[in-house]
Amino acid sequence: MGVFIAIGVVFIVKLFALQVVDQEYKEQADNNALRFVTQYPARGKVYDRNGELLVFNEAVYDLMVTPKQIADAVRKDTLHPFDTLMFCHLLDIDKASFIERMDKAKKESYFKSSPFMTQVSKESYAHIAEVLYRFPGFYFQTRTVRHYPKSIAAHTLGDIGEISKAELDKDTEGEKYYRRGDYIGKSGIEKSYEKELRGKKGLKVMMVDVHNREMGSYKDGELDEEPVAGKDIYLGLDAELQAYGEQLMVGKIGSIVAVEPATGQILAFVTSPTYDPNLLVGRERGQHYKELQADPMKPLINRAISGTYPPGSTFKTVVGLIAMQSGSITPATCFHCSGTGSLPIKCTHSHGSSPDFANAIMNSCNPYFYESFKATINNPKFGGIKEGYRYWKEMTYKLGLGRKFDTDIPYERKGNIPDCEYYDKMYGGQWNSVTIRSLGIGQGEVLVTPLQLCNIAALIANEGYYYPPHLIKCFGDSTAIPEVMTTKVDPGIDPKWVRTMKRGLRTVFSGPHGTARRYELKDIPQCGKTGTAQNPHGNYHSNFIAFAPEENPKIALAVIIENGGYGATWAAPIASLMIEKYIRGYTVREDLEKRIMEGRISYKNER
Amino acid sequence: MNERNSIIGKVDWLTVLIYLALIIIGWFSIFSAKYDEMHPSIFDLSQVYGKQLIWIGASLLIGFIILLIDAKFFNAFSLWIYIFFLFSLFAVLVYGKATKGATSWIDLGAGIKFQPSEFAKMATALALAGHLDRLDVDLQKRKDQIVAAVIVLIPMALVLLQNDTGSAIVFVSFIFVLYREGFPGAGWVMAAGVVAILLFIFTLIWSQKVMYIILGSLLILAVVYYIVAKRKGIVKMLAVFAFMFVFVFSVDYAFHNVLQQHQQNRILVMLGKLDDPQGVGYNVHQSKIAIGSGGLTGKGFLQGTQTKYDFVPEQHTDFIFCTVGEEGGFIGTAVVVLLYVALLIRIIILAERQRSTFSRVYGYAIAGILFVHVAINIGMTIGLVPVIGIPLPFLSYGGSSMLAFTIMLAIFVKQDANRLNIL
Repeated sequence: MGVFIAIGVVFIVKLFALQVVDQEYKEQADNNALRFVTQYPARGKVYDRNGELLVFNEAVYDLMVTPKQIADAVRKDTLHPFDTLMFCHLLDIDKASFIERMDKAKKESYFKSSPFMTQVSKESYAHIAEVLYRFPGFYFQTRTVRHYPKSIAAHTLGDIGEISKAELDKDTEGEKYYRRGDYIGKSGIEKSYEKELRGKKGLKVMMVDVHNREMGSYKDGELDEEPVAGKDIYLGLDAELQAYGEQLMVGKIGSIVAVEPATGQILAFVTSPTYDPNLLVGRERGQHYKELQADPMKPLINRAISGTYPPGSTFKTVVGLIAMQSGSITPATCFHCSGTGSLPIKCTHSHGSSPDFANAIMNSCNPYFYESFKATINNPKFGGIKEGYRYWKEMTYKLGLGRKFDTDIPYERKGNIPDCEYYDKMYGGQWNSVTIRSLGIGQGEVLVTPLQLCNIAALIANEGYYYPPHLIKCFGDSTAIPEVMTTKVDPGIDPKWVRTMKRGLRTVFSGPHGTARRYELKDIPQCGKTGTAQNPHGNYHSNFIAFAPEENPKIALAVIIENGGYGATWAAPIASLMIEKYIRGYTVREDLEKRIMEGRISYKNER
Repeated sequence: MNERNSIIGKVDWLTVLIYLALIIIGWFSIFSAKYDEMHPSIFDLSQVYGKQLIWIGASLLIGFIILLIDAKFFNAFSLWIYIFFLFSLFAVLVYGKATKGATSWIDLGAGIKFQPSEFAKMATALALAGHLDRLDVDLQKRKDQIVAAVIVLIPMALVLLQNDTGSAIVFVSFIFVLYREGFPGAGWVMAAGVVAILLFIFTLIWSQKVMYIILGSLLILAVVYYIVAKRKGIVKMLAVFAFMFVFVFSVDYAFHNVLQQHQQNRILVMLGKLDDPQGVGYNVHQSKIAIGSGGLTGKGFLQGTQTKYDFVPEQHTDFIFCTVGEEGGFIGTAVVVLLYVALLIRIIILAERQRSTFSRVYGYAIAGILFVHVAINIGMTIGLVPVIGIPLPFLSYGGSSMLAFTIMLAIFVKQDANRLNIL
């Protein structure tokens, strides 16, 4: 009898330890019988400024696997032996690939599901789903991929892809949001508005049996979380203008950036060469990405923000504005020009020997702006060359050069405006305005991105201020866009000097010697400045900044055509056509349009 | 008073109530373990819970009939009953169907399968009681000792031949009876058994070398003690140690060559030497998860996920205790354990008050059988005993075991009710 009582006591003690004291088994029970099914929200759609659909979602199916359940099933269920061969055949993979995928999944988690094959096509899905019951441990998760009905603005719209290890490691948002296999914006607005576009994942807690069959909702869905759909986004982009710009740029390397001066919204964001955004979607994404990466023309680079170019004469606007603002010159100031015999910088244009500001800008007189630059940094009020240069650099920074705007465009580059220390180091502390004279005409060390150049055009169009250029117009749910994009920036240039500059830029089209006079339109008063930039890569870069109409400008832009020669040859007509297209809605200069669209510039392949 | 009323009045209702409580708990547990939303009625005869109800009904009917049969019948026919089931054990060996490695079933047709080994325990208890009840039988006599041993060993051997180790182990429980009835050396055998089990376990855990060192040290201490205290019997003591050394020496060999692979694995899992929750340790691991996840009060009737969704294998037969643990929590398991302890104690109390040797021996025998079943089955589900496939009396699903245990208990209750009629 003692034995009975003893065993009873032993059992009760052990049961108490097992059931009441030890908590581990409760967790294991949940792992066993509960499946946490992620509910993916629909990613936000993207529209252009007029409501044209640019990006939407298409359903795809991810095949998920829970390795433990396969092992369980293999051991227990002899009725349906796991037919690896048939399974591989269904998915059109070989055995080695099957093993590799399984190993990867096992490494991820033995007990939880992870992706076995992502983005199975609709046809394969229908095929496999029918017989999936024979493969315990596998199930389908529906997800969506991006689709781009217009096939434009690849770099602007960006792409999404499976989250990388580095991105996973960086995911520190509370309890980690992302899991392996999740999709995340990789570039463009998909990246900058990832949080808004993705929405919020939901969760469904399902009870499953040992064969992983769903047996119903756990606790009547008490723990479930509904997914929150992503926000739609309206871009400032004008789809028609963007498409037109891309057409104009065919066969040329370079970029067009157009903004609405009154808001800073980007109207067109063209980089060339470009690609069809639909290539970077679905299962072929990796393959296509590799091909694009290997292309010597580097189509993946967004030259509008990542290309840094010498601005050439377009930079004379900046030099002139700073010179006037600092009181170093007035619009009436004249500097001597000896044409091609000028020293230390020769002039490439023929005009009167002592131009005033208006003449100098119309004719793009090199000596005039070299002298203006010199007058600025040598201005006695700064008390020294270095102090003068620091002021000058400070002003360029305020004008948006040598820095990023940090709005919603990922991978911006700063360009380059060297600082005093750079020259000190280079010239051993012995340098002056003559040493750095190239800056006065936008050459030498100075490098700008097309986006920065466009912003200068917008600033002049606005007569003294700008809004940081950005892609978004508004969210679909009307929530506010980040303040930085709606905050007016005043670099501190007196509007009267900007107006002087604006009048000067008008004469570039309208004046008898204007460098872009060939592209004047009677009904649209355009303003602009050509640039023909020397560069180490061959022929001159053809540059142009412009805005129109002169009063209440609707569009400001910058065009850079690599190795296009004179600014007036390619960049100016492209800018003018863009202006016409945007303001008029159509173009009348068919011959010009034809010449530009069919024009090809030959590039050395290794570039 | 007619015969019937007098019987009902004299029945030990405490035993019957515990029995009824256990079968009802078992029935609901089976319902919960195998619950199927397509068949939500506990009376659905197409499901195991419905079938269990049939077995319960049949058992109650047969149990009631036994109470009506003359108590002397079982003593008188004990030998014949025993012989009948010995033949049925033979028949299993010849015609039986193999399930899970053991050949212990006879298909009677109409979907009814019959497992003689479940009944053989009861029959052996009857035969042993009948043998010891005979006036000319004296357990001090060599001949009667041999007969008693043979009565137990024949069915045990037959069950072993069926490869049903679990049921065979149950026959070891008869040693309790023999001990109670003064079988010379039964106490020694029990002690030796306990020592052997301990040596076996420790040798597996610590290796032979360590055991030699421990036994050697103990031997030296014992020898010193015997010499200093000038005790007699030093030769006997040395012999015991010699046996222990030989035993330890042979453990490895026996473990690897006598036991089958799955038995070795189950023992290693129980000892924690083998951690393989996905493989051989799966049953026990899942069983512990199910019971452990029940907590203090359990998840509630039909709310268990582990047993209902088949994570625990054999959840309605050998592992039915998991459902009790998961849905009833610690309170549920404690109640069931206490019910069994109470039943066992009650049987011993009743056995002790019997006037006839037959009834007493029989009582002890069935207490031993029930005890071994309960200890091994519950011990197995909570990982204290290696996995041995024997049912939990009155709870596990199964017609043969339900009928056999009911008949076994009913015969004893009848004997007890009739005790005053024995002079």
